[in-house]
Amino acid sequence: MLGLKSFHTPRQWAMFAAAGCTMLALPLLNQVAPGLVPDRMVPLVGKFLCFALLALAMDLVWGYTGVLSLGHAVFFALGGYAMGMYLMRAIGNEGVYRSELPDFMVFLDWKELPWYWRGFDNFAFAMSMALIVPALLALIFGFFAFRSRIKGVYFSIITQALTYALMLLMFRNETGFGGNNGMTDFKRLLGFSIADQGTKRGLYIATVIALLGSYLLCRYIVTSKLGRVLLALRDAENRVMFSGYEPLGYKLFVWTTSAALCGLAGALYVPQVGIINPSELAPANSIEIAIWVAVGGRATLVGGAFGALIVNGTKSWLTAAYPELWLYALGTIFIAVTLFLPQGIVGLFARKAKADPPQPEPEIIEALTADEKVPSQA
Amino acid sequence: MSTESLESEVHVHTASPELPRLGMNIQSILWVDNVSVSFEGFKALTNLTLQLDPGELRCIIGPNGAGKTTMMDVITGKTRPDTGRVYMFGQELDITEQSEAEIARLGIGRKFQRPTVFENLTVFENLELALKTNKSVWSSLVARLSSEQSDRISEALKTINLTAREHTQAGLLAHGQKQWLEIGMLLVQDPKVLLVDEPVAGMTHREMDRTAELLQQLAGDHTVVVVEHDMDFVRSIAKRVTVLHEGRVLAEGTMDEVQDDARVIEVYLGSEAAKANEEKKAAC
Repeated sequence: MLGLKSFHTPRQWAMFAAAGCTMLALPLLNQVAPGLVPDRMVPLVGKFLCFALLALAMDLVWGYTGVLSLGHAVFFALGGYAMGMYLMRAIGNEGVYRSELPDFMVFLDWKELPWYWRGFDNFAFAMSMALIVPALLALIFGFFAFRSRIKGVYFSIITQALTYALMLLMFRNETGFGGNNGMTDFKRLLGFSIADQGTKRGLYIATVIALLGSYLLCRYIVTSKLGRVLLALRDAENRVMFSGYEPLGYKLFVWTTSAALCGLAGALYVPQVGIINPSELAPANSIEIAIWVAVGGRATLVGGAFGALIVNGTKSWLTAAYPELWLYALGTIFIAVTLFLPQGIVGLFARKAKADPPQPEPEIIEALTADEKVPSQA
Repeated sequence: MSTESLESEVHVHTASPELPRLGMNIQSILWVDNVSVSFEGFKALTNLTLQLDPGELRCIIGPNGAGKTTMMDVITGKTRPDTGRVYMFGQELDITEQSEAEIARLGIGRKFQRPTVFENLTVFENLELALKTNKSVWSSLVARLSSEQSDRISEALKTINLTAREHTQAGLLAHGQKQWLEIGMLLVQDPKVLLVDEPVAGMTHREMDRTAELLQQLAGDHTVVVVEHDMDFVRSIAKRVTVLHEGRVLAEGTMDEVQDDARVIEVYLGSEAAKANEEKKAAC
């Protein structure tokens, strides 16, 4: 279409396919050459890809709409808990106490399943809850926040409070989500043993598909007219309103979509790491998501995902090699990117691609010189 | 301007279906009826009444703090009046309680003093967003530009003289070009009433002349309200001028009429100057 950003150029499609193939090569190599790609690599990279999906969701609200959420771990954790509940139910009576109830409930001397656990033995129900619950919370929270026109740093602080509040809630035993210990000791998923390397490869592949699919969805959103309204909201909200758009609906749409994507990421994350507990809701976790996006490059989609992989890869390596250095390294990366790469790592490539600065066009020069000739009148 | 000529103009230009048939009496397009606004005791507007005829070009002047911006805020829904109402099409439509976006969709466009465009979008995309169309979330998600809509954008590009800049990022435009782009965005929004806040602030003389031309061209098809400080500019375009002072209408009439008004002179130049002016008149 004339003058408007296209969904994907052929070159972008090629890169998209290449990225997909690269990601899918990992489990294949693990199967045929386990010496080259050890077993532990598969769930580790799978975990990173979940973070990449989380970063994608973050970029949608922060990069494109200018709404900096420092509570995105809330939606991620809710998705994770929904999946955790299914996995707990799937243990059946093979737990330590040989009860139909999850172990922590037996420990608390609960006699029956709380009402909100009902249905979670059904995988499809649990998966839909992993998307619906975060989306619903986002919708309600977003409605009140955006309707009151809460913006900028105030919005960020409230989202930090949200994640902190949920963390305290989940820490309590009587909430019924495993308290401090959370949920773990999962046995099987859809009948497949969690410990099985084949299951891990399957989960990895599911994560890749979810990531690629979510990317296409986000790409569709940001290249649609709606995406341009989002950018416009970020840059000049007043002008958007006076052009006849209600910002509330647009913000709610993108905020809720983002939350659902976070829920999906959380649901894929839990079976791969084997545990979900309230530490996922620590305020610092949400801040880290923003750092991934800033490092990779805002409002690029690819940048956020890329940033998540780079930062978490570095974290994985550093926390093993020099554990005490990690937080300093993270701080340094963040400061360096803010100072020297305001467009992030992806921005570096984009800048190289169009190295020539745009030259002022003759009309402007002519206009400028013409104005100089006119003596200014008081 | 005589009533007859204004009426004939109205018939030619405002044949839109929403507009009630105009009879012998001209129905005002916008009516600010007895509006008062105060901010924590400070009275920004006091019983302000203003009526605009379809297609007219009205200039609003007044010293700082006269209530010009507050008046615009009330009309566009940014500020709710304490008392009084705002109507469109005579008394057909009460817009006092409507949201900013609603009022914009009903046909009141606003241009800010500082050019406000979407800097990270191209000139074309800026106009695309402003274009009059269904502005719900779902429509935007599935929207495709029709050829008719593209034509309207091209036409607007021609009017604001930015055709060559179609694909330039709006943030890279010169100041005056941004002002025009914003006016262009209002044009494709197809408003009944255009509120323009200090359109020539920071413009070169050449740009000013072009802007005057553009605004005069727009009047007739649209009702244009210009709030401006630059007296030379007001004189060059104004047919009717409203002078605001301390939240009230101080005077209204042609430029010459208001310039000779003793109260206006007093407000603008102080009472000494007013006296001197009286003496000068008496001497003549």
